[in-house]
Amino acid sequence: MPAIEILGLEKTYMVGFWRKRPKRALYPLSLKVEEGEVFGFLGPNGAGKTTTLKLLMGLVFPTAGSARILGRDWTDPEVKAQIGFLPEQPYFYDHLTAHELLDYYGQLSGVPGKDRKRRIDEVLQRVGLTDVKGVQLRKFSKGMLQRAGIAQAILHDPKLVFFDEPMSGLDPLGRRDVRDLMEQLKHEGKTVFFSTHILSDAEALCDRVAIIHKGELRGVGAVEDLTSSVQGKIEVIWHGTQIPASLKALGADCHISGDTVRAVLAEGQQDAAIDALRRERLRLIAITPLRTSLEAYFVEKLQRAETSAGTTAGSSR
Amino acid sequence: MVASVQTLRRVDEIRPQATLDDILYISSPKIVKRASLGYDGLMACIYWTRAVQYFGEHHHNGSLSFNQLAPLLEMTTQLDPHLIVAYQFGASFLAPKPPFGAGQPDRAIQLMEYGIQNNPTEWHLYYDLGFIYYTELKDYAKAADTFERGSRVPGAHPFLKIFAAQAAQHAGEFQTARMLWTATYQSSQDKQIRQNAVEHLRALKVDEDVTNLQSALTRFGERTGRLPNSISELAAAEGLPGIPVDPDGNAYTMDRDGRILVESPDDFAFATKGLPPGYKPIPKFHDQ
Amino acid sequence: MTARIVHIASNTFREAVRDRVLYNLIAFAVLLSGSAILVGQISIDIERLVVINLGLTAVSLFGVVIAIFIGIGLVSKEIEKRTLYTVLSRPVRRWEFIVGKYFGLAGTLVVNTFFMAIGVFGALLYVAHKLTSSDAMIFVALYFIVLEFLIICALALLFSSFSSPLLSAVFAFSLFVIGSFAEDLRGFAGMAHGPTRWLATGAAYAVPNFSAFNVINLVAHGHPPSGQLILQNTLYALFYAGMALSGAVLIFDRRNLK
Repeated sequence: MPAIEILGLEKTYMVGFWRKRPKRALYPLSLKVEEGEVFGFLGPNGAGKTTTLKLLMGLVFPTAGSARILGRDWTDPEVKAQIGFLPEQPYFYDHLTAHELLDYYGQLSGVPGKDRKRRIDEVLQRVGLTDVKGVQLRKFSKGMLQRAGIAQAILHDPKLVFFDEPMSGLDPLGRRDVRDLMEQLKHEGKTVFFSTHILSDAEALCDRVAIIHKGELRGVGAVEDLTSSVQGKIEVIWHGTQIPASLKALGADCHISGDTVRAVLAEGQQDAAIDALRRERLRLIAITPLRTSLEAYFVEKLQRAETSAGTTAGSSR
Repeated sequence: MVASVQTLRRVDEIRPQATLDDILYISSPKIVKRASLGYDGLMACIYWTRAVQYFGEHHHNGSLSFNQLAPLLEMTTQLDPHLIVAYQFGASFLAPKPPFGAGQPDRAIQLMEYGIQNNPTEWHLYYDLGFIYYTELKDYAKAADTFERGSRVPGAHPFLKIFAAQAAQHAGEFQTARMLWTATYQSSQDKQIRQNAVEHLRALKVDEDVTNLQSALTRFGERTGRLPNSISELAAAEGLPGIPVDPDGNAYTMDRDGRILVESPDDFAFATKGLPPGYKPIPKFHDQ
Repeated sequence: MTARIVHIASNTFREAVRDRVLYNLIAFAVLLSGSAILVGQISIDIERLVVINLGLTAVSLFGVVIAIFIGIGLVSKEIEKRTLYTVLSRPVRRWEFIVGKYFGLAGTLVVNTFFMAIGVFGALLYVAHKLTSSDAMIFVALYFIVLEFLIICALALLFSSFSSPLLSAVFAFSLFVIGSFAEDLRGFAGMAHGPTRWLATGAAYAVPNFSAFNVINLVAHGHPPSGQLILQNTLYALFYAGMALSGAVLIFDRRNLK
C-alpha cells in the first residue's frame, strides 16, 4: 500500500478585486510515495510545494482531485493520528514552554497520559532541546523553533511525516542534525515526505524526488536514475602541461591550468587514458567519476519547460 | 507650547462664568441615556454628584444664580427615577430664593410630581412636595392636600396625617413650621439638607421669640403707656421666665424705638424678625 | 472528542492568563472600584448605590473589553502565526477547535468576573459595614453580566473566524453598542414605515438585546429581578450565543487557510 497517493489534486484561486481572475496554484498532480521512502518534493520558491502540503493536510480545499494517505481518504480525521506535519517557519504559542507545547500537542494527538511524559522527554532529547524545555517559546531563536517544530511532528510516533522546508533557519550544525534525524527516521521505517529548494539536501537524503515548477510537475524519479541519466564521465588530472596525442584522439576535453591538465573523458575510456599517461610517463594526480548533479537535472528540466511553454529568453529565475 | 498655555489661561480669566457653568456638557437626557449604553444607574450617580458639587460650590461662593441645578437634577432623575435623594435635594434647594436656593419652585414641583409618579409608594416625596407648597409658596390648601395624599400611601409615617390637619387649620403658625422642619431634619441623611433644616429651626426660634417679645412689649405699652427701660424690666413686668436669649445664648435687645432685636442677625440666615432696619442678610452657611 | 475540546479550551485559557494585558485590565478595574468608595463619600446615603453601580458597571465594561480584545484574535492570530497548521494536522476537527476556543475564552471571563466580584463585595462591605439579604441580588446581576459575556465571546469568535482582528473589534464593539439600545431600535422600527420598517425591524431583532441583561441599577436599589426575566435571559443568551457559534463553525469549516 503506498503511503501517499495523490490523484489529480488541483487548486485554483480566484484573485483580483472581484475575485474573477483565476490563478492556478497547482495543476492536476498525481504522485505516489511508497512506504519507507524518503521522498523529496523539489521546486523553486512559489512552485506550489507548500500548496500541495496544505492540500494534503486539509488546510486548503482542492478545486478538484483527491488523495489517499496510508490507504485512507485524506480528509479522514483519524488518519491524522498517524501523520506528523512540520510547517514552513513554524511559530508557536508565545507563552507556553516547549514542554507544555508538546504536552498540548500530545493530548490533541491522543497520546495517553502515561506515555506522554516519557515521549516528550525522548523527543526533546532527540532534537536537542532538553535544556530549554522550561523556557517560554517566545524566547526561542529561529533554529530552536524549528527543532520544536520537528519535535511536535514526531512526538506521537507517526508512520508518515511531512516536512515543509525542514532546514530553513538552521545553521550548518543544525542542518546536519536534521539530516541525521531524517536518516534515523528512515531507519525506523517511517516514510518521510519533505519539500525543499536546497537540492544538495535532497540529493543526499532522498530515495526519490519530484520536481515541481509553477504549479506543474516536471519530473519524478529515483535520485540514482536521475543523476545518471546523462552518461557518466570521468575526470583525469595529471601533472605537467603535455597532452598525449592518443588522449586527444579519444576526444578528450582538456584544460591546462598552471602545471596541471584536466581532461574529461567517457567512462569506458578510463583504461585507455591510464595507458596513455603511463606511456608518456606523465604523473597521474587523480581519476574521478563524474556524476551529473541533481541541480543540473533540475535546471535542465526547468529550462526545457520554459522553452516549451514559449516564455521569452532572458526571463529571470 | 508655553505661549499657548499662557494665552489659554488669559482667556479663562476673561470668561470665568463659562468655565463654571459649562459642566452640563450634554444637555439632552435622551442623548445621555443612549451614550450611557444601558449603564443608567452609574450615569445618574455621576450627575447626582455633579449636582451636589455644583450647588455646594455656588452656595459657598455666595452666588445668586443656580440655573444649572434644575437641569442637573432633572437629568439625574431621568436616568434613575428611583434616586429618591435627588428629589429631596431638589425639594430643599430648588424652591427657595437665592442665595439659599435656585428660586424655581415651579420646577421643584415638577420634579417632585415626576418623582411621585415613578415612586408612588415613597411617602416621603409627598411630604417634600407638601413642604414646598407650605414653606415657599404659602399655598396652605395645596400643602394640606398633598400631605393628605401622602398619608394614604401604605406605610406612610403617621405625621403626614397630622401635617395635613395642621396645614389646613394652623397655617402659618410657628408650631406647624417647627414640626415640618424637625421632620425634614430627622428623616434625611443628606448633610446639606439637614444643615438647612437646622438653620431654619434656629431662625424659627428667633422669629418666635421676637414675636412673643414684641407682643409683650405692646401689652406693656398698653398698660403703662410707655416703653420699658430694658428687656429685664419687660421680662419682670410681664412675668416672662427669665431674660430671653436666642439659640446662641445671646440676650435679645431693644432699641430706642421699641424694636426687639437679635444680637447677631448674621448668625440666623432665615430669620425674618428681630432684624435692624435696612438690614440685608449675608448668606453664610455654617461650615461643618 | 470532548477531551480534545477540553484541551483546546484549557490551552486557550492558559494563553489568555499568561498574556499580561489581562492583568493590566484587572488592575484598572480594581482601581476603579476603589474610587467608587471615594465618590460615594459625597453623599452618605447613596454610598452603597454608587459602589454597586460603579463596581458592576466596571465588571461589565471591562469584561466586554477583554472578551473582544482576546476574542478577536483567537482564530486570526492562530492563522497568522501558523500555530493552527500544527493543530489541524492532528485528529482535531475544525468545529472542535472553534468550540474549544469558545469555552476557553468564556472560562477566562467567568474567572475574571469572579475575582472582580470579590472586589465589588469587598468595597460594599467597606462602605456599608455589613451585607444585607438584598445584596444577594447582586449575584443575579453578575449572572446576567456573564450571560452577556457568553454572547459577546461568541460574536467575537464569529468575526474572528473570517475577518482581521481590527475589523472584528469594530464589528463586535458596534454590536455591543447597538445592542445596548436594542429596545429603542425596536421602538423606532415600530414607528417607521415601508422598507425602513423592515430594515429596522430586522436589525432590531438581529442585534443582541443587551438592554434586558442590565439589571445593575435595579439591583443597586435592592429590587429583585423577576424569575421570568432570569429564565428568558438565560434562554436568549444560550440561543443567541449558540447561533453565533454555529456561524463561526460553518464559516471556519469552509475556510481555506492560506
